[in-house]
Amino acid sequence: MSITVSLIVNGKAVTQTCLENTTLVELIREKLQLTGTHVGCDTSQCGACTVHMNGRAVKACTVLAVQAEGAEVVTIEGIGVADNLHPMQSAFKECHGLQCGFCTPGMIMAAIDLVNQKAELDDQSIRKGLEGNICRCTGYHNIVEAVGRAAARMRE
Amino acid sequence: MYEFTYHKPQTIKDAISLFAKADDGIYLAGGHTLIPAMKVRLRAPTDVIDLSALDGLSGIHEESGALVIGALTTHDAVATSEVVARAIPALNKLAAGIGDAQVRNRGTIGGSVANNDPAADYPAGLMALDATIRTDRREISVDDFFTAMFETALEEDELIRSVSFPIVESATYIKFPSPASRYATVGVFISRQGGQVRVAITGAAACVFRCTEMETALSNNFAEDALDSIQLNADDMNGDMHASAEYRAHLCVVMAKRAVASLL
Ligand SMILES: Cc1cc2nc3c(=O)[nH]c(=O)nc-3n(C[C@H](O)[C@H](O)[C@H](O)COP(=O)(O)OP(=O)(O)OC[C@H]3O[C@@H](n4cnc5c(N)ncnc54)[C@H](O)[C@@H]3O)c2cc1C
Ligand code: FES
Ligand code: FES
Repeated sequence: MSITVSLIVNGKAVTQTCLENTTLVELIREKLQLTGTHVGCDTSQCGACTVHMNGRAVKACTVLAVQAEGAEVVTIEGIGVADNLHPMQSAFKECHGLQCGFCTPGMIMAAIDLVNQKAELDDQSIRKGLEGNICRCTGYHNIVEAVGRAAARMRE
Repeated sequence: MYEFTYHKPQTIKDAISLFAKADDGIYLAGGHTLIPAMKVRLRAPTDVIDLSALDGLSGIHEESGALVIGALTTHDAVATSEVVARAIPALNKLAAGIGDAQVRNRGTIGGSVANNDPAADYPAGLMALDATIRTDRREISVDDFFTAMFETALEEDELIRSVSFPIVESATYIKFPSPASRYATVGVFISRQGGQVRVAITGAAACVFRCTEMETALSNNFAEDALDSIQLNADDMNGDMHASAEYRAHLCVVMAKRAVASLL
């Protein structure tokens, strides 16, 4: 059976019809064609699918699309554009916080929520805060540096 | 994930009657156990009954010497709650150590308690704090609640409304997390109240349990070396790719000693 879901994605109201067993990440990628949000594991481990739902980071592979009814969802496409990057995106670029880039959209969405939630961050708390995001390339060092740099700028 | 019919009732009464009408209904809270289980087809309910619109199931408050946490309260809300910090800060710590930030933003105490995963954190907190589980129809003492691996005293359609924790003099939770999921390989929760000590251990065996040997030893002498002579039987422990049964038996005592040390 199909069900209608209405939500706000990157500031725009959208209404979609989908099967009940559609996950939020499937709605975002396949119905809305916002393919910046990735699917790494589809088993709630890797965080590549992280988006903001009502302001908080969630793994969109582990949320049903119907659970996002009425919610405000922000994806990587909603935070900045190529010539006006979000401070978190700029910091990842400057610090080489990515290699293949597969984990990056999820890392950035998780890191923005982390900075919004925690008044003070050091390397250790950044690492702890990003435990839900796996990167198979960078070794994390430059990601941690990027998040620290972005945090300082976001608080200016 | 197989197909199912989705419902979002507005009242507890409606939720229960939807459950009664369904062939194979299931309640949905944060979905962070249920959705992964449905994806791998370990669960294939015909009807998913979303609890998120029900009133009065989330929130944290103090009530005549107890801390009451609504079933739909997320792990993140418990981790960061000042009410919890004033009453039982060990529960802030427990909730802050569950999974990762995204899991804590969705997962709920009610879901964790109803699921009774042998490696989940909350069951240890409930056991050691002598909590009461309040459902739509009754109050259940924790000593009668966690009955076996993934089993509880809940009836099929019974809904947890909240969990009530008596406020104790001191308590702490120490876990040895699985480095991948952060579920407890072994987690030990200790509480002290009026000379009485309760020790609950999760992750180690098929179901959370109270370690009466440790409780007696610590009630007589609340010190790390009171546990020196205690050895848990590896035959009662879980052994898997994360840790052997012998290692878990050993870890129980090590984690308990660390917990005691942190309370001295
Ligand atoms: C990557 C990952 C890591 C995790 N790490 C940990 C960890 O370190 N420690 C830990 O303890 N847990 C961990 N979890 C599990 C997490 O805490 C879950 O959120 C929790 O176990 C279930 O809560 P939920 O709200 O998501 O429940 P759901 O998945 O919605 O439901 C789980 C079960 O409980 C039932 N249920 C839910 N609410 C109620 C209610 N109010 N009354 C009656 N029945 C109800 C449902 O019907 C279902 O059977 C992890 C999960 C993931 C995905
Ligand atoms: S794709 Fe969602 S956590 Fe990996
Ligand atoms: S940059 Fe390749 S997975 Fe992180």
